[in-house]
Amino acid sequence: MLSQVESHLRSDRFPHIWCPGCGNGIVLAALVRAIEELGYDPDKTVVVSGIGCSSRAAGYLDFNTLHTTHGRALAFATGIKLARPELEVFVLMGDGDATAIGGNHFIHAARRNIDLTAIIFNNSIYGMTGGQYSPLTPPGKRATTAPYGNIERSFDIAELAKGAGATYVARATTYHATMLEKLIVAGARNKGFSVIEAITACPVGYGRRNKMGNGLQMLLWQKEHAVTVKQAEKMSPEELRDKIVIGELYKGEAPEYTAMYQQVIERAQKTTGQ
Amino acid sequence: MMSDVVEMARLMQGNEAVVEGALAAGVRFYAGYPITPSTEIAELMAERLPALGGKFIQMEDEIASMAAVIGASLAGVKALTATSGPGFSLKQENIGFAAMAEIPCVIVNVQRWGPSTGIPTAPAQGDVMQARWGTHGDHPVIVLCPASVREAYLLAIRAVNLSEKYRVPVILLMDEVIGHMRERVVLPRAKEVEVIERKKPSVEPKDYYPYRPGDDGVPPMASFGEGYRYHVTGLVHDEKGNPTTDPQVAESLLLRLHRKIYDHLDDVVSVEGYQLEDAEVTVVAYGAAARSAKRAVKEARAAGIKAGLLRPVTIWPFPEKEVAELAGRVRHIIVAEMNLGQLKGEVERAVRGRVGVSGVNRVNGELITFEEILSAIREVALDAQSG
Repeated sequence: MLSQVESHLRSDRFPHIWCPGCGNGIVLAALVRAIEELGYDPDKTVVVSGIGCSSRAAGYLDFNTLHTTHGRALAFATGIKLARPELEVFVLMGDGDATAIGGNHFIHAARRNIDLTAIIFNNSIYGMTGGQYSPLTPPGKRATTAPYGNIERSFDIAELAKGAGATYVARATTYHATMLEKLIVAGARNKGFSVIEAITACPVGYGRRNKMGNGLQMLLWQKEHAVTVKQAEKMSPEELRDKIVIGELYKGEAPEYTAMYQQVIERAQKTTGQ
Repeated sequence: MMSDVVEMARLMQGNEAVVEGALAAGVRFYAGYPITPSTEIAELMAERLPALGGKFIQMEDEIASMAAVIGASLAGVKALTATSGPGFSLKQENIGFAAMAEIPCVIVNVQRWGPSTGIPTAPAQGDVMQARWGTHGDHPVIVLCPASVREAYLLAIRAVNLSEKYRVPVILLMDEVIGHMRERVVLPRAKEVEVIERKKPSVEPKDYYPYRPGDDGVPPMASFGEGYRYHVTGLVHDEKGNPTTDPQVAESLLLRLHRKIYDHLDDVVSVEGYQLEDAEVTVVAYGAAARSAKRAVKEARAAGIKAGLLRPVTIWPFPEKEVAELAGRVRHIIVAEMNLGQLKGEVERAVRGRVGVSGVNRVNGELITFEEILSAIREVALDAQSG
């Protein structure tokens, strides 16, 4: 297993920059195993990322990797995918990166249903800048910029993605790494915009301030609070209030953007006689 | 390629000429967002590109447009976007990314009156400094400024070529007059158009250093998907493309980015001179203002005043040598521009006090007139007589 992952890593880039107990490496490994399972040619695989702790993952991967500007990974990826639809494009973002500064690009990539696989590392905080609240920090939790507790409501990434038009939406936690891998595989196979939310722990920037313990304890918290889609079906909204529903949350059908654009090319060429 | 390019004489708008020039230079990707007075470029690209097998996308905002253009270029497709003042401001962060990661791309800015929303339909030249310094940090950039519809076509080609050759964002700085004006143009035949392609690596993927420059300071560029798997980042990076905070690497990277442009000024910088041989009063003007300036110089000559015009075609890097050379032989320089003196400061810097420099400025949203430039020329000539 390890060697399988290792063959797709830029080993000379290690040690990585992540803190002890950080869950980002678990997501990274799940992605690599998923790509291995998908059998994608590394030369034709592109990984685009934004800015933040999780977006550093791109630099450790031996694919075509692009570490962009804050919030804009999906817009860069849209350019790549439209220019070369034959490339397999994964987009790695943090929760603030994807839904705050990059929120507009997120809903529009979903609306276009462009064939990108977005993986959102949700650690509920801005980690790299030292623990400021994000759109995914739950109400009441503390952050350096919410010293008296966060008063903002948080996004539900999955509902947001679904509402905006994504055709594959799933969620797992870093405790459920095998499930995460399977969801990434299924998301990549979906011809359209796929969103996989990966709940991950930031013990240093988030857990410590909110008395959630170390990385291991936060992993156990994920285990205790996760319920599968099947289990959730039998639970009341009251019972689900502090739970994280994991698994495939939505699958839809819609035309894929680059395929539609190919039809535009054919129509234009017919019209102009080229 | 022949059918890609318009070859006959025709009535054409400046914005349309940019599209035809870009297509002739091999642009096959456009991402943009509607904004007056540049929108015709997007509309025409939407129609023309798919017919050529290219791609057009209207993105959700200006920031995304710039990002998509960079992504497409990295995937090996020549890419361009067009905007105007407010949109140009929004693109700046990603223009800096393109400068840092050395991704070829062209940004057309059809300037309008600013700041802010200003007068969307009125001409101005207020983005001269934004074009040079709009993104943060010391960065290289090339800015070209057309003064006619035909030149908009030619400079669109040149912008794409310079961008590919030096792996640098190139800004085609138009103004509303040039963008919306219609003129009869005769365009060069397709085979007469010189098209430059980016330098590709000649080594095996395992020996490829994506940021190791050739003798010209420019590293060969592999496209994503061609088998050269490498890392691209806006962070300071070493020759492998990997991020680092090493002060030596940071400094040598920044200096190389600067040098790859400033070591090639003869190739990058161009100016047009008109009646300069014996000129005693010289007007420096660019873009639409240069048209009024040329008329003023003609009228001044007819009145017996030895006037001339120096028109920077490349405004960044600023044609310092060409302007400094004027200082040795003219009595006075008048800088005519539709802002409060953005390029005048550069002229003063170049002549180092050896000759008087004054400005004719118009900032009311109307085209600067030849009369006001002519009266400034007359004033200087009169002063010289009485002095």
